[in-house]
Amino acid sequence: MEKLEALKISSMRPRTNILDRPLSKGKTEVSQSIVALLFSEIVQYSQSQVSTVQELQNRLHALGQDVGSRIIDLYFMRERSGRRETKLTQMLLFVKTTVWKNLFGKEAEKLEHANDDECTYYIIEKDPMVNTFISVPKDKGTLNCANFTAGIVEAVLKNSGFPCKVSAHWHKGTTYMVKFEDFVIARDKQLEEK
Amino acid sequence: MSRQASRFDSKKVNAEFLTLTYGALVTQMLRDFENVEDVNKQLERIGYNMGMRLIEDFLARTSAPRCLEMRETADRIQQAFRIYLNVQPTISNWSASSDEFSLVFETNPLTEFVELPQDLTNLRYSSILSGCIRGALEMVQLDVQCWFVQDQLKGDNVTELRIKFVRRLEDAIPAGED
Repeated sequence: MEKLEALKISSMRPRTNILDRPLSKGKTEVSQSIVALLFSEIVQYSQSQVSTVQELQNRLHALGQDVGSRIIDLYFMRERSGRRETKLTQMLLFVKTTVWKNLFGKEAEKLEHANDDECTYYIIEKDPMVNTFISVPKDKGTLNCANFTAGIVEAVLKNSGFPCKVSAHWHKGTTYMVKFEDFVIARDKQLEEK
Repeated sequence: MSRQASRFDSKKVNAEFLTLTYGALVTQMLRDFENVEDVNKQLERIGYNMGMRLIEDFLARTSAPRCLEMRETADRIQQAFRIYLNVQPTISNWSASSDEFSLVFETNPLTEFVELPQDLTNLRYSSILSGCIRGALEMVQLDVQCWFVQDQLKGDNVTELRIKFVRRLEDAIPAGED
């Protein structure tokens, strides 16, 4: 565990310190083929470590969280000159537009609020990039590798002060179900009243 | 019958998505394996698997003819890096017998946000690249060795990947077929 903490905190070699370099524009692109192949290997590797579909989804989710926790500062610095969002709707829109555009080159199709539960929101993506080249085998019908993306969304929201659980489901393409903790909703209402 | 390059899907993805996803994988592996050497092996293995499939994509995209000598192969590998990772390594340091050369990278998209902590200096973070080259070339009957000589993550000015021709592989007929 110590090893991993060290990985996150930058090492002390002064010459290569990442914070001394200007922030890249993030416009460089690579071929989708290489990304698809890497993701396929990631799914296979994750599968080799677990035995059930749920565990596999959890693994992909965890990997996504790793990515998500790293893009928050990056995108807020780049796109909003460091200003974070405090309102729930604005934050969700930030995820739907900015995060999606930067990671996948397009916005997510829809953002909806559940009718029967005020804590639940849905982000709907018709054709997730991570699923483009994945055909789910019949015996693993419920597997949705976009749980990787769900992990990204969860980490972005959670680490921005909006604790929630995010999961990916096969519905209108892929639907990410975002379920916030009760106090997040209560706090947002208070903010609105002011 | 000339094949149109445009027939093939040449969609692009933001490089940061690749960088961060790969980073997440490496971090996870460091959690899964106690030994850093095992992580190196596993990353190389993943690269190898990718290379074996990527060569198909490359040949279809470029309609490249068969290489007759290593110098041509080097050009193709350089071209592949341009197509897939959008970087242009320099080919240099040929051995006298022209069977060994270096690819020198000024930038490496995989390591964009990466710093190695001091206790992980024996981690070969970009092993996936050497694996990829080995896997791809094996599919065109070239057995090569591929290793890192310099690495920017370890304080070198450039990242240098060395590739050595070992032998030409013979087509083997699958067991049970005449």
